[in-house]
Amino acid sequence: MCLAIPGKVVEIESNKYHAIVDYGEGTKRKANISLVDVKIGDYVLVHAGFAIEVLNKKEARETIALFREMLSFEEVK
Amino acid sequence: MFSLSDKTLGQDIISKIKKEKIKAKFMHVCGTHQDTIVKHGLDSLLKKCGISISQGPGCPVCVTTPLEIEKMLLLARNGAIVTSFGDMINVPGEYKSLGDMKAEGYDVRTVYGIEDAVKIAYENPSKDVVFMGVGFETTAPATAATIISNPPKNFSIFCCHRTMPYALKAILDIGELKLDGLIEPGHVSTIIGIKPYEFISKDYGIPQVIAGFEPIDVLMGCWMLVKQIKQGKTFVENEYKRVVHQEGNIKAQKILNEVFEPCDMKWRGFPVIAKSGLKIKKKFECFDASVKFEDTLKDLENKELHEPEGCLCGELLRGLVSPFDCPLFGQACKPETPVGPCMVSVEGSCNIEYRYSEK
Ligand code: SF4
Repeated sequence: MCLAIPGKVVEIESNKYHAIVDYGEGTKRKANISLVDVKIGDYVLVHAGFAIEVLNKKEARETIALFREMLSFEEVK
Repeated sequence: MFSLSDKTLGQDIISKIKKEKIKAKFMHVCGTHQDTIVKHGLDSLLKKCGISISQGPGCPVCVTTPLEIEKMLLLARNGAIVTSFGDMINVPGEYKSLGDMKAEGYDVRTVYGIEDAVKIAYENPSKDVVFMGVGFETTAPATAATIISNPPKNFSIFCCHRTMPYALKAILDIGELKLDGLIEPGHVSTIIGIKPYEFISKDYGIPQVIAGFEPIDVLMGCWMLVKQIKQGKTFVENEYKRVVHQEGNIKAQKILNEVFEPCDMKWRGFPVIAKSGLKIKKKFECFDASVKFEDTLKDLENKELHEPEGCLCGELLRGLVSPFDCPLFGQACKPETPVGPCMVSVEGSCNIEYRYSEK
């Protein structure tokens, strides 16, 4: 139930409450954006029709490298 | 971009954990974590490294009580249109589920989200439309945002929203399990951030890691816990930084605080847990189904309700047993003929175990 899916904001409706989110592979759906501050091009995490957070692209890109670094440097004493 | 793929990293984490020669018991509280764990066989991999991991009360549908369900059945019987998420509709109260009522011709509707329920209310102005709002902090902000958007007057919410930190405290206070670490749910944490968990590490000396939902996230989460144990540290660490901000989603927190106040709440398998539920504030009580239909619902208040016979969901939700300990698992109880909520909900550990053992 806490499942949430990332998608890209491609359009914001004039009422500012809803946006069209593109989940890739041709799937686009309307999501409520009143819980976040977003602009077109942002990636959001959508749960039960509501965007609950804007995703951090930089962190996402660097996650694997960061984990590798943590594994190699942090020897547990 | 947001999924983690790396062929060898998982294996590297496992060997790293193995080297520590540890024996530890971890709990997580999220159906999506359990799905990842069972789907990818992480439970048996981790067991080989000395780590056992179980799902606690992390399934909102499962922890909803028979009384809450009976109340919804009564409102449907009295002519309201009752709406909720698919899994919730199929959980039996004392004997019947909302789905059974629907088959009998009552107006029960499955919705994907609360906005669908509001739409139904606009389309049926002469009827009461009740949304059974289940879910943790991930889901509750949508309910709050809907309430402040001023939905039609024939719309109301039966609020079954629960919050995680005090349920974790309850597990630790009950003390049936000696836990060495907690994996916190990534999407609950997306909303609440790190702070609400801090008292747990401080008061109970337990390491915590907020983790994402890919196999690498869960393994990394376990390794971070192991590391804290080995270093004698106890704090809340964030593995899921690509999504969870330290302070959480402040905008969502503000809306939550505007609409809800904490309340004591019973969870299935638990006694009443202090401050573990959300109650709609008086200011918005015209949207609170428990106020709107108070007279109708009050007869149920003191009714003794039976849990399904032989079902171990209560013990499962406290992390004491596994689905395989239940004699009904896969026999009398299957997803097509569920006995308890943990087999109904796709987030319930019985359902998850059954689905993947089929394959
Ligand atoms: S297998 Fe069925 S009866 Fe047994 S604990 Fe799970 S849901 Fe309950």
